[in-house]
Amino acid sequence: MEMIRKRVVIIGGGPGGLAAACELHRKGIRDILVLEREHQLGGILRQCIHDGFGLTRFGQTLSGPEYADRFIDEVKKLGIECITDTTVIDITPDRVITSASASGLLQISADAIVLTMGCRERTRGALSIPGNRPAGVYTAGVAQAYINLKNIMVGRKAVILGSGDIGMIMARRLTLEGVKVVAVFEIMPYPSGLPRNVEQCLNDYGIPLYLSHTVTSINGKSRLESVTVSEVDASLKPIPGTEKEYECDTLILSVGLIPENELSLKAGIELDPRTRGPVVDEDYQTTTPGIFAAGNVLHVHDLVDFVSLEAENLARAVVAYLDGSLPSCGITIETDSSIGYTVPQHISGEKDITLSLRVRRPMKPCTLELWQDSKLLATKTLRKAIPAEMEQITLPVGQLVNTNSVKVVARNA
Amino acid sequence: MLREFTCICCPNGCTMEAVVEDGVLTKIAGNLCKRGRTYVEQELIAPTRTISTSVRVDDGELPLVSVRLTAPIPRERIFDAMAEIRKQRLTAPVVTGQVIIKDVLGMQSDVIATKTVRKAEP
Ligand SMILES: Cc1cc2nc3c(=O)[nH]c(=O)nc-3n(C[C@H](O)[C@H](O)[C@H](O)COP(=O)(O)OP(=O)(O)OC[C@H]3O[C@@H](n4cnc5c(N)ncnc54)[C@H](O)[C@@H]3O)c2cc1C
Ligand code: SF4
Repeated sequence: MEMIRKRVVIIGGGPGGLAAACELHRKGIRDILVLEREHQLGGILRQCIHDGFGLTRFGQTLSGPEYADRFIDEVKKLGIECITDTTVIDITPDRVITSASASGLLQISADAIVLTMGCRERTRGALSIPGNRPAGVYTAGVAQAYINLKNIMVGRKAVILGSGDIGMIMARRLTLEGVKVVAVFEIMPYPSGLPRNVEQCLNDYGIPLYLSHTVTSINGKSRLESVTVSEVDASLKPIPGTEKEYECDTLILSVGLIPENELSLKAGIELDPRTRGPVVDEDYQTTTPGIFAAGNVLHVHDLVDFVSLEAENLARAVVAYLDGSLPSCGITIETDSSIGYTVPQHISGEKDITLSLRVRRPMKPCTLELWQDSKLLATKTLRKAIPAEMEQITLPVGQLVNTNSVKVVARNA
Repeated sequence: MLREFTCICCPNGCTMEAVVEDGVLTKIAGNLCKRGRTYVEQELIAPTRTISTSVRVDDGELPLVSVRLTAPIPRERIFDAMAEIRKQRLTAPVVTGQVIIKDVLGMQSDVIATKTVRKAEP
């Protein structure tokens, strides 16, 4: 097999990978290769045709394809090498990449690897809903690709399970295309997507949202005919006697995203069970030296703007790594039960660090607190916090007293 | 009268409590910036929205090109605009930013392409 050498190889040409590539180039790295599985660059944004992207990064609201185009144009202008229609199938801990394409296998030995493979959707299998397996059950992202990329309509009457942003956006998209969206059912007592999407995708079109409800059976022979929905109790168990049948030929699942980390495991990278992405330090370096991760492969983002910003920070760290000047990161960031996760999980204690995190459940006015031993290092007051929105808090390095772990806590005000 | 609004202008999605007297906004709380107030004032007169959808493309590398409105239109006219957009049929190539319908239904908003669709390779 042919083996080539590269300074930096980026796996995945979505907004994360492209932003990292451009920033590496601007910082003087020229020997860069981007590998992308699809025929086109841009990642998942190519199918996200609604607007609302780019307010943070570009100060204006763009559709997904327009946002992606900004980075694709930049990559082309800078002359960064991108190979599409090529899937990475293996990475070794000593940074040898194997990729597969129509022209065969290729091996690349890299000084540094950037993981930006994005995420995939949770499917019905992961939920184990009982009932038959008729046609007409789709994940929201697959339905989005059918409708927005392939011009294939999924059905005439749809029920949506899960109030994730993609599910709500699809509820609106289907309605605009003349599909009757019967309702959105959410198992949790609160919506899992952003409030603005409840407003502009559901309320605007009179689509009801039922909280604390879930689909308990899928009915139909070859094609979906109806779903049975039940109310759930506080422990999320269906309450007997609350079953109701809703006629529909389509069920859309919007029940969560999972970082895409099969390759990371092959490279010996430790994953965090909370984010399901790699454990990283403040420089986005994984537990395998020289391999870095950002974007949805690291933790699921609700806004692409933060994916780009994260990938640009990663690129600057990769440059420092290539210069041999990355600090070791011995301080662990811990969480209590109020916090879902934090990124990064380890820091050096040599510079101020902004932690990205999510609360585990909705909170009214609250404070985020950083503690080391019995010292309060930093606080941030929030008017509200919801799991659907990523929060950030900065840890001022001057406050640290030792190299013990730092604990993140959210407390009701 | 006290009414609650969710601002849709940015991902913060502020929940706002508005005091409305005879259809006029007299007091507002909960918005992080002044766009929240403008939004509520517009909601009280006539809600406006933008939409994104697709248009058929012949001979392209994709069968569709994504499009959006350049300015919001009255919310109750969304389905009229959809019907108008659905009548369109283009031939590749189509480029990002290309105006597909100028001033759709006289609502001072253009329909523009948000993606480039090249000619299919034979
Ligand atoms: C269906 C869906 C809809 C979304 N809608 C929105 C939205 O409306 N607004 C918003 O702000 N965010 C949205 N998001 C979040 C969105 O994922 C991020 O905003 C952003 O696209 C993430 O960028 P990324 O580069 O990390 O991942 P992606 O955009 O997913 O890019 C990853 C790329 O890696 C490639 N890849 C994966 N594995 C391999 C491999 N083994 N070899 C080679 N290439 C590989 C993929 O083909 C893909 O191009 C959505 C996400 C999904 C899944
Ligand atoms: S009020 Fe301002 S900050 Fe709040 S959602 Fe509206 S635009 Fe965003």
